[in-house]
This record gives sequence, structure tokens and C-alpha cells, in this order.
Amino acid sequence: MWSGRRVFILAAIGSAVGLGNIWRFPYVAYENGGGAFIIPYLVALLTAGIPLLFLDYAIGHRFRGSPPLAMRRLHPKAEAIGWWQVGICFVIAVYYAVIIAWAGMYFIFSFTTAWGEDAAGFFTGEFLQVSDQVNLGFDFVPSVLIPLILVWGVVIAILAMGVHKGIARSSIVFMPLLLIMFLILVVQALFLEGAWTGLDAFFTPDWTRLGDSSIWVAAYGQIFFSLSVAFGIMITYSSYLRRKTDLTGSGFVVGFANSGFELLAGIGVFAALGFMAASSGVGVDEVAVSGIGLAFIAFPTIIAQAPAGVLLGVLFFGSLVFAGLTSLISIVEVIIAAVQDKLGWRRVKATLVVGIPMALISIVLFPTTTGLNLLDVTDAFVNSFGIVAVALVAVVAMSAGFSALPRLREHINATSSVKLGRSWQIFIGGVTPVVLGYILIDTLTTRISEGYGGLPDWFVGVFGWGMVIALVLIAYLLSKIPWSHRSAAYEKNVHGPILDAELDANESATDKTKGGETGLSETAASGSVAGERKKP
Amino acid sequence: MSTSAVVMMIIALLAVWGGLGVALLNLKRHPEAIDDEEADAVLHDGASVTPGR
Repeated sequence: MWSGRRVFILAAIGSAVGLGNIWRFPYVAYENGGGAFIIPYLVALLTAGIPLLFLDYAIGHRFRGSPPLAMRRLHPKAEAIGWWQVGICFVIAVYYAVIIAWAGMYFIFSFTTAWGEDAAGFFTGEFLQVSDQVNLGFDFVPSVLIPLILVWGVVIAILAMGVHKGIARSSIVFMPLLLIMFLILVVQALFLEGAWTGLDAFFTPDWTRLGDSSIWVAAYGQIFFSLSVAFGIMITYSSYLRRKTDLTGSGFVVGFANSGFELLAGIGVFAALGFMAASSGVGVDEVAVSGIGLAFIAFPTIIAQAPAGVLLGVLFFGSLVFAGLTSLISIVEVIIAAVQDKLGWRRVKATLVVGIPMALISIVLFPTTTGLNLLDVTDAFVNSFGIVAVALVAVVAMSAGFSALPRLREHINATSSVKLGRSWQIFIGGVTPVVLGYILIDTLTTRISEGYGGLPDWFVGVFGWGMVIALVLIAYLLSKIPWSHRSAAYEKNVHGPILDAELDANESATDKTKGGETGLSETAASGSVAGERKKP
Repeated sequence: MSTSAVVMMIIALLAVWGGLGVALLNLKRHPEAIDDEEADAVLHDGASVTPGR
């Protein structure tokens, strides 16, 4: 359990603020209307991001479990959705750790600007030793392997200590540190020559783009991926909250803090890119990049040229490490919590049994000369066809499938400072399925017609398509495994009062008078799980 | 920086950081409540407990 909501908020911000905030948002905003992007961005935050955050909080807090258990308590048929989310977290964790390992090495490289004049050549050549072959190889690169083992060691140690002593305490240390480092970084970047030209490029609005549907899709996509919603993390984290927690009040802080950090990153990154453009005598448009290219090629170039570049490098890569670690911890926690719930294991045992094999898979597949292409494909597919697809299925299931939204809204409103109106149901049941459906179909058609990144079909077929389809099948199979009698499904008392006795008694009475409604009212709302009724 | 860029920067900062400020103020105005079982335990044993999930 969290000791209080403050720690939960810090941990939830730690989870939401990750690499995407630093290396994705600045470029997405710049490419999609610059300053004008703030309008679709805020609309997306308020009509999809924060409402989805509340949905996750409501499920986790009401049904008090990891995604499979919480979903099962909502409706037995929903358990597979929970396992699907767990599988997605597994895939993300195994490659996400590798990027943190790279950032850790670049933190050390910053002291000597080890990449010299040619940051791009250094990254793919000397550092990653990327092979020309696109396949699955086991030719290890020690300078990635060793930091990767360290990353997993730290993550497993923190998670083994549990929610209160491990996750909470690490968030209390890492989050303020991240904020301070990043603030100094931004201030330093603002004093670089050309910084204001960079900011000018970043904030100059292109109002004509507002009529273009692609910038609205980009805004919804950015908010969706940045907030870490709909793949189980927030369900898990909110299950450790006190029953009388202000869910909406906390959620607004998390949502706006995540966006606040992104905006700060946009300012810092474009100030630095402005310097890069000025020193090479080109326009900002020629140096603007995102993702791995921004962090491991553009930034090293800036660090090598800027005054006090060492400090800039240490702050930038240190921020990437801390932002990444707090996110990775939250991702792995979902899997540990699910295994703990299903098998009734103790914390340390579950952490080791989950953490060590995951670390081994990550260590065997990625710190190799062929690891970069594998990382690229798994990342693209698990995001586009894992997270987006599970989110779409979940919102449709919660709204049309199990008619759970009114009950979940009631649950949120019972303890929250900001009450949710019917509009929340419209956002979840109407706006998000349309947006997610559009994004899913759009990426699906592009991938089918164009393939991915010029990589061989068999490679994309196995590690892209094959992986995302396998996640669905494995989730279905896991949901068919019966719950052990020692598991949380039996030991935790979902039949008793979740909020308080009176409220649940009233809910129960109301449901009985209504008769057999669909899904939720038959199961969780009346305080029972179909087929396994047990005395409280 | 052009005027329009400066204006948009200020608007973006005010909207996002202002939103965070309002959210934090709202949270401060609604202090955290402890659960009944915790309150009972404090009352009877004088000890603080964290309730199970």
C-alpha cells in the first residue's frame, strides 16, 4: 500500500513521465502546427487522456487488484483483457531497459564527449556495433550488456522491496532529482546561442494546420502514449490506494504534471536544437528530430559543441536514466502484481520469478549487434497494435460490453473532490473509441501496404505481427488457468464493503431491485464474483 | 522570437502549468481522509496501520 496519496501521485507521475515526454513530444508538437498544437493537445488531454486515467483509477481502486484480477472482479470474461495488458508490459519492459542502459553509458561518455566529431557514426558503429544483417544474433556488445545487467539489478532490487519501501521510496528520491536536473538543463539550454531561434520555431503557430485531421490524431496519440494509460500500470498503482482517496483530484495533478514536464522538455530540446542549427549555419527544420536520433545523435553533437557541454550531457542523460527507470519500475510492477495475485505468492518470490527471466530475455535479445532492429520493430508494433488495440477493446468492453461506466463513475464520485458528470461517460464510450479506432485502422493499413522501415518481411512478421498476435493468444490462455485457492481472488474480500458498508449495501439493494442487468451489476457491483461466491 | 511565438509560449505555459497549479490547489483544499479501519486501529492501539489491498 501507498502510505498516502502524495506518494502515489509522485509514483504515478514517475510512471507517466518517461522517455516519450523528453524525446517524442517536442518533435510531435513542432511537426504539427508548433504553437497551434497546444489547442488539440489540451483538447486531447481533457477529453481522452485524463478521462482514461480516471477509468484506470476507477477499475484499480474499485476492484483492488492487478489488471487480470481487477478485470475479473469487474466481469469474469474481462480477465483476458487484463492479461493482454500484462503481456504488453512484458514486451515493453524487455526493450525499454536497453534504452536506459544506453542512456547510462552516454551519461558516462558525456564526461569525455567520447563520440568526438561524429555522433551518428559513433552510436551505430563504435557503441552499438550494429550489424548489416537483419536477424536474431547473439553477438554481444559488452558496453551495452554490462549497463543492462545493472539496470535490471536496480529494478529487481527496488521491486523486491515492495510498494511502500521500494517503489514509493525510489519515487521520493528519483522524481525531485529528475525535476531539478531537468530544470537546470532547460535553463542552461536557454543561455545557448541560437536558443531563442529554436523556441521561435517551436512556438510559432501554424493556424492553417488546425483544419488538418492529422494534427488532431497526433495530439490524441501523444497524450495517449505519454500518460501511460490503458495498459495496466495505473490500474495496478491505484489498487494500492486507500479506499477514501480523492481519485479525480489526484488524477488532475498527475495529468497536468505530465504535460507540464513535456512542455518543459519541448523548451529545453528546441533551445538546444536552436543552438545546433546556429552552429552549423542551417535552419532549425534541418536539425529537428525525435526519438533515438534526438537523444543519441543530435544531443551528443550539441554537447560536443556547447559551452559547459559536459554539464549539459550529464544532466540530459541523467534525466533520461531517471525518467526511464521510474517508468520501467511501474511497467514491471504490473507483471509482478499479476503473478502475485494469481498464484498468491509473496512479494520477493514473485519479483524474482518474474524479474530474473525477464532480465534474461532482455539481456539475451537486445545488447547484441542485431538488437537495434529488433528493438525498433517490437517498439513500433507493441505500441501501435498492442497498447492502442487493448485500449480500444477495453473502452468498448467497459462501455458497450459490460455497461460498467455508470457504476465506475459512481465509485469515483463517492470519494473524489471533482465530481464526474455524464460527459466522462461520453468521452470514454464515444470519443476515445473513435479516436483509437481511427489511429488503429490508419496504422494497420500503412503497415500492411508499406511494411515497416524497409526491414525484411519475415523479421517484421515474426517480431512485429507475430508478437502482437501471440500476446492476444497468450492472454486468452492465461485467463483460462484456474485461480489457485491461495490466490488473491479468494483471499481478498471483494464481497465486503469496498468503500463503506452502507454505500455498498445500498448499491447491492439497488441492484437486486433492478434485477439481472448485464455484467457489472450481476458481479462486482453487488459484491460478488460469479461462480465463486464466498462468505465474507 | 516573433510576437506570435512569444504569445503562444505564454498561453501554453499558463494553460499547462496553470492547470497544474489549480489541480494542486484543489488537492490542498481537500485534505486526505484515512480509512475507517485505520482510524479504528489508531483509536484502539494508538498505532498507525496501513490497510491491506
